[in-house]
Amino acid sequence: MVSIDVWNASVDFPIFDAKSRSMKKAVLGKAGGKIGTESRVPIIEALRDITLSLQHGDRVGLVGHNGAGKSTLLRLLAGIYEPTRGSSRINGRVAPVFDLGVGMDPEISGYENIIIRGLFLGMTRKQMEKRVEDIAEFSELGNYLSMPLRTYSTGMRVRLALGVVTSIDPEILLLDEGIGAVDAAFLDKARTRLNDLVKRSGLLVFASHSDEFLMELCNSAIWMDHGQMKMRGSLREVLTEYKGRDPFEGMSHEQLERLGQLPVLPNGDPA
Amino acid sequence: MHPSSTIDRPVEPIASSSRTWARAFGDIRDGLNARQLWAHLGWQDIKQRYRRSVLGPLWITIGMGVTALGIGLLYGLLFGNNPATFLPYVTVGFIVWNFVHGCLIEGLDTFIANEGLIKHLPAPLSVYVLRTVWRQTLMFLHNMVIYVIVAGVFFVSISHAYTLTDKITPGATVTVHPGLGWSMLLAIPGFLLIALNGAWVALLLGIISTRYRDIPQVINAIIQLLFYGTPIVWSLDTLGTHADTAALVLQFNPLFHLVEVLRAPLLGQQIVWQSWVVVLGMTVVGWVLAMFAMKNYRARVSYWV
Repeated sequence: MVSIDVWNASVDFPIFDAKSRSMKKAVLGKAGGKIGTESRVPIIEALRDITLSLQHGDRVGLVGHNGAGKSTLLRLLAGIYEPTRGSSRINGRVAPVFDLGVGMDPEISGYENIIIRGLFLGMTRKQMEKRVEDIAEFSELGNYLSMPLRTYSTGMRVRLALGVVTSIDPEILLLDEGIGAVDAAFLDKARTRLNDLVKRSGLLVFASHSDEFLMELCNSAIWMDHGQMKMRGSLREVLTEYKGRDPFEGMSHEQLERLGQLPVLPNGDPA
Repeated sequence: MHPSSTIDRPVEPIASSSRTWARAFGDIRDGLNARQLWAHLGWQDIKQRYRRSVLGPLWITIGMGVTALGIGLLYGLLFGNNPATFLPYVTVGFIVWNFVHGCLIEGLDTFIANEGLIKHLPAPLSVYVLRTVWRQTLMFLHNMVIYVIVAGVFFVSISHAYTLTDKITPGATVTVHPGLGWSMLLAIPGFLLIALNGAWVALLLGIISTRYRDIPQVINAIIQLLFYGTPIVWSLDTLGTHADTAALVLQFNPLFHLVEVLRAPLLGQQIVWQSWVVVLGMTVVGWVLAMFAMKNYRARVSYWV
């Protein structure tokens, strides 16, 4: 069963400046007595008291200002940061798409990068080689796949990364805002694939500043503020509260229907 | 903020589960299982280094060949050693030293160098350690080509009992080496022991270096000094009357023992069991310490890089 559980988790980053990071202070500080070096290392509380339970089928959007802790929360959910206080448990194969420059070597070809990324996500070389065709077709990169990655634009990198993660059936898909770099036509294609993926296998957490993307991909949302969860609820509720207006207002009937946001009549039929 | 469904929610674990032996050993196990990943990354590193050069990784082999030939002849002449036996000695010495040195130096930087990956992709820490050790192993294998050539060329001079020096110093005992034979097979466990030591160094010192960035500099300085204190370009056999004192001092140089367990079998030199005992001891103690570090600080590395 795919699930992520987090109990009262906090993530504190120690910030070592050049001086306190060195042995000099640790050694000399001890010799002088009293003042512990540890306490002099400033700490950034990136996340505080996060309690969260995500399950199969959840498609959660993360909203919040810059520096509110969205990316850190994603990394906590990926298991990259283990909570400094509290605890977390992740069941399922995680596929993160965070910083698109990382885990991709600019000097080697797109094809090679597909293999490496796949290996990182727990696949074997053979399994990835079978999927290359599919990824090439989905990402529409064609002959570019044999070019070094440094020749790619940001949008092309996103296409490649999304192609890889959606081809391998991950159970937990974590997306950071970087994927906004793709064009509308591709997003449309990606949405279908991501929706299928989430229906098939598991859960999605997506951090974004774009209402449009959030509405396309998510059904519930979390509002992060100063490292804490300020609000959790359906996407519409959270976005209304966060933006101060209902983003679904003024949408046509067809749009609402497509996004699954039609108001429901008491007898259970869509209006 | 309203809580999501609380029906199936598992009970919160009593203590934080980050600092457990199970997680520490699990990391090593998962790392070993991801063999294709680190093997690929290690090989990629080598290809990357020689990208767009015509000869590619062959340069590793050529570089080693030039060094070995130059130093072997020069030091042979300068100190009156027999080039036919001294040149193979220097060659193998350099090959083994490069492996030991590479594991140490790049081991210290393992996590710092992989900062980006550690922060963006969830993977066991041991994957990066294995990547480093595997890269060094590949370099070593490239260099072994030189060993095969040198051993072939000088086969007649080292396949039977031989000495490294022609000079007979009165009062000094002359070490006679038995020459190449079945003891060569000891090179395999010797190599594995060095690799095992490289792995714990990368784990333990890698973690410490990530937290305290001065450590790599300190260890670099020490290793540079130890190079001169390790018989690579010189030999105990050629020291004459000082040999006994030098041998005593060398007992305290861990790198000497590491080099010895692989070099002696490859050259058909006398096997010094003392070195094997020391290296085995280092392996056990080092791994115990490394696992303690893994248990307590494994989860901190992603915060420190």
